[in-house]
Amino acid sequence: MRYNERELLSLARQPAEKAAEIRMSVPKKGSVLKKRLVKLVVNFLFYFRTDEAEVGIGPLAGVWEQQQLCQDLPGAFSLSLAGFIEEPERKYCFECATEEQCQEWVEALRRASYEFLRRSLIFYRNEIQKMTGKDPLEQYGISEEARFQLGAHRQ
Amino acid sequence: MKLNERSVAHYATCDSPADHTGFLRKRVERHHHHGTSYQRRWFVLKGNLLFYFEERESREPMGLVVLEGCTVELCEAAEEFAFAIRFDDAGARAYVLVADGQAAMEAWVKALSRASFDYMRLVVRELEKQLEEACKSLAACRKSPRRSSSSGRKRHLSNPALQPLQEKPTTLENGYSTWSSGGCVAGGATSPDHDGGQTKPPPLPPRRRSAASSAIGSPAPGLSPAMLESPVPPETVCFSKLHNWYGQEIAVLRREWQERQKRGHP
Repeated sequence: MRYNERELLSLARQPAEKAAEIRMSVPKKGSVLKKRLVKLVVNFLFYFRTDEAEVGIGPLAGVWEQQQLCQDLPGAFSLSLAGFIEEPERKYCFECATEEQCQEWVEALRRASYEFLRRSLIFYRNEIQKMTGKDPLEQYGISEEARFQLGAHRQ
Repeated sequence: MKLNERSVAHYATCDSPADHTGFLRKRVERHHHHGTSYQRRWFVLKGNLLFYFEERESREPMGLVVLEGCTVELCEAAEEFAFAIRFDDAGARAYVLVADGQAAMEAWVKALSRASFDYMRLVVRELEKQLEEACKSLAACRKSPRRSSSSGRKRHLSNPALQPLQEKPTTLENGYSTWSSGGCVAGGATSPDHDGGQTKPPPLPPRRRSAASSAIGSPAPGLSPAMLESPVPPETVCFSKLHNWYGQEIAVLRREWQERQKRGHP
């Protein structure tokens, strides 16, 4: 599958929502925990190898849904790869320095999903509409977009 | 750079609803050829990811365009209904796409220019602020004495700072109770708007379906499907002031946004 790698590289270099050196392992057999610079930029998770002169970049699945992210142990969380139902062990594991750091990452990843943003938008729109009787999306010209409708009950 | 291709491809083809789909002709970039050629591909937009398939029935995407840090503009190609996705990086290639007609082109340009995570985040932050401001204004209004409305009218406001109303408490269909004489409750409860004889505000316009789009918005998980629209009835002097004030602000913002749209910015 082709993709615009150059733009992904550029994205990886942008200011991150969250970045830290965390021990992590990749979903490969025999993979061990290694310290990596992990960076969350919009809804992409990147990791960089820090022990080599040449920085290698390997973004994790660019999209994840909440069920793929789970907090395993107090200081660790994992991200399961979608599309591998027959291989549940295919996941990225992260071991944080503290439980607090782990929780911060889990929360940051939860908010980093596009679906979370979409649900938030629909929620705020609905609340504003109820309070003021006006659709706040009209000013943006996007009130009719299918992706922002509240399902079948929308008039 | 490695990408989890299998997982990303899985996302492309899974059940989650697409935001926009359709056939587009994609310009083929060949360095050693003269002239340009186009290939018809099936495009699927999900969130900020634009996938393209060789055929509509293909089980795996051929390619992916990540839509962050890009602009979408009409382009002066030999082809009619052409538009381009361009990235900020000067050396980056542009994706030139050709739609079937004017309406399809406009729909795609709109959808793509608003697809980025950045844009969504911007809108959500803006709405967050608006909700805050609306709550504050309403709270300020509530401090002055109101005319009493008809009893039996059910209403919901989600602001915890509001003063308690004199109305009878009501239980709502989805089990949430809002008003009680002891105070008011914040939260996601809603109520159907029962008309006690006064005129209701006009209903919201019906959802327009774009011809080119086969996207269907799915109900947002986590929100109760029983939620109905219940516009606040404008029976108070205070509220109509809020309405006017809001309307002015929106008129200004709308003009600004329309100008930005013309300049081709998301």
